[in-house]
Amino acid sequence: MSMDRRDFLKIAGITGLLGAGVAAVSGKMPGILEAAVTSPNSNALKAKQWAMVIDMRKFKTQDDYKKVIHACHSIHNIPEFGNPKDEIKWIWTDKFEHTFVGQEHEHISEAVKEKPFVLLCNHCEKPACVRVCPTKATFKRNDGIVMMDYHRCIGCRFCMAACPFGARSFNYRDPRPFIKDNNPKYPTRMKGVVEKCTFCVERLDEGLMPACVEACKDTKALVFGDVGDPASEVRKVLKDNFTIRRKPELGTSPSVYYIVGGGENAG
Amino acid sequence: MLDKALDGSKKYWTWILFLLAVIGVGMANYMKQYEYGLGVTGMSRDISWGVYIAQFTYLVGVAASAVMLIIPKYLHDYKKFGKIVILGEFLAISAVTMCLLFIVADLGQPMRLMNVILYPTPGSILFWDMIVLNGYLFINLLVGWTTLAAERKQVPPPAWIKPFIYLSIPWAVSIHTVTAFLYAGLPGRHLWLTAIMAPRFLASAFASGPSLLILLCLLVRKISKFDPGKEAIQTLAKIVTYAMIINIFFLAMEFFTAFYSNIPGHMAPLQYLFFGFHGHGNLVPFMWASVIIGIASVGLLINPATRQNEKILAFAAAGIFIATWIDKGIGLVIGGFIPNMFETVTEYSATGTEISIALGIWAIGALVLTVLYKIAISVKEETGGEEVH
Repeated sequence: MSMDRRDFLKIAGITGLLGAGVAAVSGKMPGILEAAVTSPNSNALKAKQWAMVIDMRKFKTQDDYKKVIHACHSIHNIPEFGNPKDEIKWIWTDKFEHTFVGQEHEHISEAVKEKPFVLLCNHCEKPACVRVCPTKATFKRNDGIVMMDYHRCIGCRFCMAACPFGARSFNYRDPRPFIKDNNPKYPTRMKGVVEKCTFCVERLDEGLMPACVEACKDTKALVFGDVGDPASEVRKVLKDNFTIRRKPELGTSPSVYYIVGGGENAG
Repeated sequence: MLDKALDGSKKYWTWILFLLAVIGVGMANYMKQYEYGLGVTGMSRDISWGVYIAQFTYLVGVAASAVMLIIPKYLHDYKKFGKIVILGEFLAISAVTMCLLFIVADLGQPMRLMNVILYPTPGSILFWDMIVLNGYLFINLLVGWTTLAAERKQVPPPAWIKPFIYLSIPWAVSIHTVTAFLYAGLPGRHLWLTAIMAPRFLASAFASGPSLLILLCLLVRKISKFDPGKEAIQTLAKIVTYAMIINIFFLAMEFFTAFYSNIPGHMAPLQYLFFGFHGHGNLVPFMWASVIIGIASVGLLINPATRQNEKILAFAAAGIFIATWIDKGIGLVIGGFIPNMFETVTEYSATGTEISIALGIWAIGALVLTVLYKIAISVKEETGGEEVH
């Protein structure tokens, strides 16, 4: 593109005016403008405390797990490094004894022992990660979701030391070359910041359920809703079933509940 | 006084050049880390802190130990420490400098460092650690420089410096207490979740720092005309002895609580560190080396005959320094991550790049220490080391 002196001055002038305009607007703001929603979607889903019930009885085949994990990892631009050292994961599976540390015993049913359990960020009501973060880069929203600001995170990894659930991943290297199918609608991350599941805030804002929940909506293996609303579906499921949470003794009050099921759920 | 640092022997300059070379290699490796990310280190999703944070933790202890000279000198008027108190303060400056550099080296996004100040978060212990460490650096620079300048002019230190000297006492305790709180307040990390974390940190600090100071005093006497004094060194040795015995006692208490209560979570990290866990035990030889060297050195320190022999004392002081370094500069931080939150084990070993960066920072600390000690000793050689009251 060639540009003569006249064009250059025009562009420079417009840029200057824009700059002055922005400065004038932001000058009126009290303090620093931290974030803004330009046009709130009226369909946005709201809650006092979002929560999830994971019904392990409904996970029967390998495919049941795969579609849930794929739904999340594909839209959130999760890189695949192929090694556990750099691994980034938002939702994954592990054995019962690793999911519910200390709850296993020698004579546990074979079905439960071998079954993969679904793990993700617990969006704790009293999150240790938020407590330790020195910049508020990880914070709790009013709807209970524990969020990350990738632009503020300094990469100190204090949150990773604090999280008792191993829910957080760190970008030990530039993730972008390792993203298989880039989803342009969701931001990619840079090296040196921490990330994790966000209960799909970007989808809730559009009135959609989290991607993992939608992926298994036919079986209702994942039930998502407002635990603060007595009429919600999660509350009904919690009322009708025996559920447990991971490491409740630590006082973080996880918002992810599990229906473990018995021997009938041999996968 | 800075000019004193520029007037040195050939040996002095060779040492400076050597340190600069180590720093240069470290810097080159840091550039590599800056480009690629922390993936150049041995850290992983499971072991998310490694050598850097461990060195930081250890060096906070070394820094805090200056108070072991300040208290006898300024609260008990123990005059023998008058000559060497500046060596403790300057060691603290060097150690805190390294602490801050190790934190920066560990950040994934070091350019955003100022976010800690731009978005101050008093609920985070790291925020307070930033405040106490920088404050301690400032206090020691101020006190060290002012008292040394007064000594050079053969006048008593100005009266306004006294409050800062007294302030440095609780402040020294605070830097290690706050650093212990980084660990001791985390749910789910059993090795760290102990009320005696801060006392343990202080005990090991008051063993490791003064033992390094003994070595430095002996070195200073050898290579300069300034003699820190045999009695001062002996007193330091007694401080090291008591502190190390308390440190070992505290470790034994951790063992008792974990193993007598028989709670698996509490036992697991100690099992990993000292006996191996689920077939993993990379650190077992190191931890036992730490225990054996530590106990043997305490033996040499308790016995007056061996303690008063300065050759053996040097050996014992080095032993304490190494034993506490293995315990805190490796075991404590790595052990906190093993087993991980899923009760499985991911081992950690530092990469060459990581070690080179760490050595570079140690070399920066040594450079700061060398220059400061050169200045202090030049002044002492002029004045005969006697301060004016």
